[in-house]
Amino acid sequence: MTDVPFVEIEDLHFTFGGREVFRGINMAIPYGRITAIMGPSGTGKTTLLKLIGGQLTPDSGRVLIDGQDVHRLSRKALFELRKRMGMLFQSGALFSDLDVFENVAFPLRVHTDLPEPMIRDLVLLKLQSVGLRGARTLTPAELSGGMARRVALARAVALDPELILYDEPFVGQDPISMGVLVELIRRLSQALELTSIVVSHDIKETLSIADYVYLISDGKVVAEGTPKSLDTHADPRVSQFVHGEPDGPVPFHYPAPDFYSDILDDATASGGHP
Amino acid sequence: MKRSKTMELGVGLFMLAGILGLVFLGLRVSGVTLSAPAESFQLEANFANVGGLRPRARVTMAGVTVGRVEAIELDTEWFDARVTLRLDGELEGQLSRDTTAAILTAGLLGEQYVGLSVGGDPEVLEAGDTITDTQSALVLEELIQQFISNMVSG
Amino acid sequence: MTKGIESLARWGRKGCDASESLGRAGIFLAQSAVAVPSREGLRLWLHQVYFVGVLSLAIVLVSGLFIGMVLALQGYTILVDFGAEQALGQMVALSLLRELAPVVAALLFAGRAGSALTAEIGLMKATEQLTSMEMIGVDPLRRIVAPRLWAGFVSLPILTVGFSVVGIWGGYLVGVEWLGVFEGSYWSNMQASVSFLDDVGNGIIKSLVFALVVTWIAVFQGYDLVPTSEGISRATTRTVVYSSLAVLGLDFVLTVVMFGGLS
Repeated sequence: MTDVPFVEIEDLHFTFGGREVFRGINMAIPYGRITAIMGPSGTGKTTLLKLIGGQLTPDSGRVLIDGQDVHRLSRKALFELRKRMGMLFQSGALFSDLDVFENVAFPLRVHTDLPEPMIRDLVLLKLQSVGLRGARTLTPAELSGGMARRVALARAVALDPELILYDEPFVGQDPISMGVLVELIRRLSQALELTSIVVSHDIKETLSIADYVYLISDGKVVAEGTPKSLDTHADPRVSQFVHGEPDGPVPFHYPAPDFYSDILDDATASGGHP
Repeated sequence: MKRSKTMELGVGLFMLAGILGLVFLGLRVSGVTLSAPAESFQLEANFANVGGLRPRARVTMAGVTVGRVEAIELDTEWFDARVTLRLDGELEGQLSRDTTAAILTAGLLGEQYVGLSVGGDPEVLEAGDTITDTQSALVLEELIQQFISNMVSG
Repeated sequence: MTKGIESLARWGRKGCDASESLGRAGIFLAQSAVAVPSREGLRLWLHQVYFVGVLSLAIVLVSGLFIGMVLALQGYTILVDFGAEQALGQMVALSLLRELAPVVAALLFAGRAGSALTAEIGLMKATEQLTSMEMIGVDPLRRIVAPRLWAGFVSLPILTVGFSVVGIWGGYLVGVEWLGVFEGSYWSNMQASVSFLDDVGNGIIKSLVFALVVTWIAVFQGYDLVPTSEGISRATTRTVVYSSLAVLGLDFVLTVVMFGGLS
């Protein structure tokens, strides 16, 4: 493992629907490591993945993958680059009109001219690695959430990508499938020397597998470091998030006028909302 | 895979049904005949007034349909209507030169059609000839006008 | 005063939004219609013809039968007053071929297949299937949208032909079998007045136009919707409303061009 950055994000600005989502983000994601991007809900973590994947275009700043500026590429070159990336979506995003086998075979069929027996071997190999070889004839509707995500993982690594993006891989999982997914992500990234980017707000699980962590809030990187160094970080906002305290510098209440005067106001103002 | 086979069969039958439907609309509903175009010939006839005659109207002889009106246009030389008739091939060289063509109406309010009746001239009409003896369509307003002026003068 | 300016500004914004979305729809059509045909594409197209066309056949044929029967019944009561009941076949056939078959089949198609297309593509968008396809390096416009667009384009004219055939047969059942119009005059009057090119042909051209517009609206609404359950239900409603209005409006324009009024 070297520390050469595989993905570089330079001074990224992005506005969506009149809201400034990112105000100058810089990141360097090293080759062959698991990098976690964390932050409270609504800080645009998924948006960041879409910017890295080239589905959204930033207002300014660059995203470099292996030295190529994602947003300067032609449509064809971008699709070529995407063959080297895998992405695991929050919902799994399996194609509902194909069964499990065909879902995993899909990238192979569209990007390679491999003969059918070879595709079969590869698909079974990938399904075996996520432990779902026996479920190959099921349709996505028949899978549980955790199983769907594992199939999606098998599909994401079908073409042996160099970079894999995980969008909230642990959200809404029971403890067992959560453990399975954590183990799978760790194993896959080690076995295939994958560069992984995990976007998540599940602190314990993410910190247990990440080599390096970026914490974003209010459109900026507020802290970065190894999981251990974040644990003892000086910034109270960081320690509030990392230790999951309900109230602190990030307030529990949405900004509002004083509670007492608000109640009195309502009583005097002949009912109804102001 | 088995499901996809029945699907493909279904689509095949669907397309076939579409083609058969089109054939039905052609043969049974529009009366397109496949053999006709080979054996037919054209005659022309000039009328002072065609009334409501339309292209594709029937041409009959003794009540039997023997052809159709092909085209109706204004003859700029005489300023009357030149009607092109397409008739069955078996009549070619059979119609006498003094054949008359009249624009008739089926029933009181029905469609208008062309009626042919043969004369006694030994010479015959060839393809492309013009029928000279014609009788125009009856126009209701003209009939009423005639009737009224007869009443007044009579 | 300010209120007037405010409402003017609101209308202006609405106009901008509408033309912007029309522009998006146009680009969308251009990008998806030029999909390169392939063996795989043919298979996908075939499957969509099944979902869009074959599964709509039952509702279209049943409606066609009833409309033909009602036409014959209503037409007979009017024509018999003029002693012109022999013209029943002509009336049934011309109203079906020129107007009712293309329009009613298109309306039924919008309700049956159009709304299903919108919901299906919308659900694919909501569950990130379209995004994930794009990340795999496959253009969803080619893979998902194009086969559906072309399937609709081919299916609706076939459904329209079916509608006409069944309708004319329904008219025959009521007119000839029940009301006793002479069978020979039912068919011969029809044959004398129906022109294959002008009536059957123009009806099919109409249904091709409707097919393109209805499927276009349906797939675009699905592709462009807000990916929530509320967004999907709204887009489905919009598909039915917009395509019905478009079909009826275009029908008037096409009728003027084809069957005169201005000739």
